[in-house]
Amino acid sequence: MPPETTPPGVPRVALLVTCLADLFRPTVAQAALRLLDAAGCTVRVPERQTCCGQPAFNSGDRVDAVAQARFMVEALEAESVDYVVAPSGSCASHIRHQYPILLGDDPAWAGRARELADKTHELLSFLVDRLGWTDVPGRLDAQVTYHDTCSGVRELGVKAQPRALMARVEGLAVTELAAPEECCGFGGTFCVKYPDISGRMAGDKADDVVATGAGMVLGGDMGCLLNIAGMLKRRGSSVQVRHVAEVLAGLTDAAPPIGEGTEAP
Amino acid sequence: MHVTSRRFKDNVRGAVNDANLRQSLATMKTGFRVKRGLAVAALPEFEALREAGKAIKTHTLEHLDHYLEHFEARVLERGGHVHWAPDAETARRAVLDICRTHGAKTVTKGKSMVAEEIELNAFLEGHGIRPVETDLGEYIIQLRHELPSHIIAPAIHVRKSQVASTFRESHPQFPADRPLEEPRELLDEARTVLREHFLGADVGITGANFLVAETGSSVIVTNEGNGDLTQLLPRVHIVVTSIEKVVPTLEDTGTLLRLLARSATGQIMSSYTTVSTGPRRPDDPDGPDHFHVVLLDNGRSRLLGGEFQDVLRCIRCAACINHCPVYGAVGGHAYGSVYPGPIGSVLTPGLASLEESASLPNASTLCGRCEEVCPMKIPLPRMLRHWREQEFARHLTPARTRWGLRAWAFAARRPWLYRLGTGLAGRLLSRLGRGRGRLARLPLAGGWTQVRDLPVPPPGGTFMARYKRGETR
Ligand code: SF4
Repeated sequence: MPPETTPPGVPRVALLVTCLADLFRPTVAQAALRLLDAAGCTVRVPERQTCCGQPAFNSGDRVDAVAQARFMVEALEAESVDYVVAPSGSCASHIRHQYPILLGDDPAWAGRARELADKTHELLSFLVDRLGWTDVPGRLDAQVTYHDTCSGVRELGVKAQPRALMARVEGLAVTELAAPEECCGFGGTFCVKYPDISGRMAGDKADDVVATGAGMVLGGDMGCLLNIAGMLKRRGSSVQVRHVAEVLAGLTDAAPPIGEGTEAP
Repeated sequence: MHVTSRRFKDNVRGAVNDANLRQSLATMKTGFRVKRGLAVAALPEFEALREAGKAIKTHTLEHLDHYLEHFEARVLERGGHVHWAPDAETARRAVLDICRTHGAKTVTKGKSMVAEEIELNAFLEGHGIRPVETDLGEYIIQLRHELPSHIIAPAIHVRKSQVASTFRESHPQFPADRPLEEPRELLDEARTVLREHFLGADVGITGANFLVAETGSSVIVTNEGNGDLTQLLPRVHIVVTSIEKVVPTLEDTGTLLRLLARSATGQIMSSYTTVSTGPRRPDDPDGPDHFHVVLLDNGRSRLLGGEFQDVLRCIRCAACINHCPVYGAVGGHAYGSVYPGPIGSVLTPGLASLEESASLPNASTLCGRCEEVCPMKIPLPRMLRHWREQEFARHLTPARTRWGLRAWAFAARRPWLYRLGTGLAGRLLSRLGRGRGRLARLPLAGGWTQVRDLPVPPPGGTFMARYKRGETR
């Protein structure tokens, strides 16, 4: 457990685990903890956190989106920290950009939402832009490629940071995709509502990945990674899929790649 | 506005498996996108230009009544006529009346999305008047009895070989043994046939990219010069356009033109930019004897003053369409509206009805690419979400989705229940995955597993459970 009192100057961070990492990929949150720790932060994991509320927000369910925003403001406020950090561009962006709007009309909540929004960051950009830290512990002999996730790159400007961090991983060679910023077709509930379109988009992304010749594709959002892994594995591809934090933290031994098991395929 | 967006899902299935369409759309991506990228990169002040363009349109929309009246007054001063059309039927009637007054049998038409919106061709044909499209793309789809699939490249879905066979079928005078394969040969053949029509038409109909309030002018841009021949040669010129096209001054038009061509095709300027102001004056060398402007509303004024007002800033450059991954996967026809892509999915529910087009705002990943490239900085993803909110509020969202969301939201605010649910789900999924780490099929998750495998959680429980057990350091 983290110490109760933090020495001055040490950033106090609350980890927003994100619902997808919590359920589908615990090693991503574990990797985030390890990286934040290595970067000199004290990290807490707010106990009551669940999901940021995007499923409701993007489905037009404003009432539940607002209620969920309130719930999460309260859950994340429970720890007195300087920052809230998430291993996901989409969840961090939702809190940063949408919470102040969703709760903006309510005087009891507007200020609290604004305050939370201002201190919430996506993991990779937090490490590089806020802390100026790139001293990652990971080592991996691999040729990889990188998918820029939509909310990360377009809403938060996460582009150079993952590349700066990957460049510090010993043994790692990065080959760029032909269209790194093209949406993979996940889109939250979109992928199950419109499987034909989503499948076409994921297929194009898989083609792009395979064409690089890389043995592994990395990215910073679990939704996209589940989608890309699902498509590559459906096609029988041997290309591995991982969240970039796992590679940066040197946690690739903690779990098989996404969509792969302990048994040989 | 006639929309068939209710069939969206069925349309999509055909579209994603259409090999011809795949090829056409791939060409679009490499063509339009690359060219726009280069044009924008070559203009350091592009961002400032966007702000300026946005400000012009925002200001105009705030004072739309003023500028429209101003425009009308200038048109009248120059001897032209303005016809206010609250809906499509009134607009079609106005065009028909003008044609009848002048005894028109054939009308030539420059490309006009508003004419497509009001389905003018079918209406004129039904009243014994023959419309001939003079934009090459529009001409091709007219011969093929199709609708445009893109707002600036209406025949983008048609392959070159298909154009050749369409020409051979529809141009009986074309010798069967003459080659018709190269773009040059196709163009020459179209030109030969169209030239006759230009000379024989009684009325020329064009759209307008902009209407200039200070001068009463309409402005069109083309790359084929067909617009000029359409509006200069016949005795009557009818501009069929819509109310949000008006801008205050010629200077403003210049600013918007600089944005338009770069965003659309990556050109600095379109090949032809034509300004028409009233009928021919006594010492003009050419021009029509009569000048009419049909100004369509058709739902636009309803959008003013609300959360969708900003969409009226649109200058129809199609950048959002060219960069949309969903459009890139399904093409334009699947949308079932003359306005496809992100702009169409925002505009169509506003102009037609949300009931008829409920699929469109949902058929987006909200990836944000459209807003990123839109020269007018229209927040298209936010607007798609606004429509989704209206659907939800008006119970147009399927009951299964509503109940699912309700159950999820109930649990997501009760951590103990949520942990119970995720714990069970995680264990179940990873057991079903049986060491393979993924599932090829899962009941109730057919939408996912229809096209891809579902990766399952590794054994060992959720992160929150592991953290509680102290296993995560
Ligand atoms: S919405 Fe923007 S990008 Fe799309 S056509 Fe209109 S102006 Fe162009």
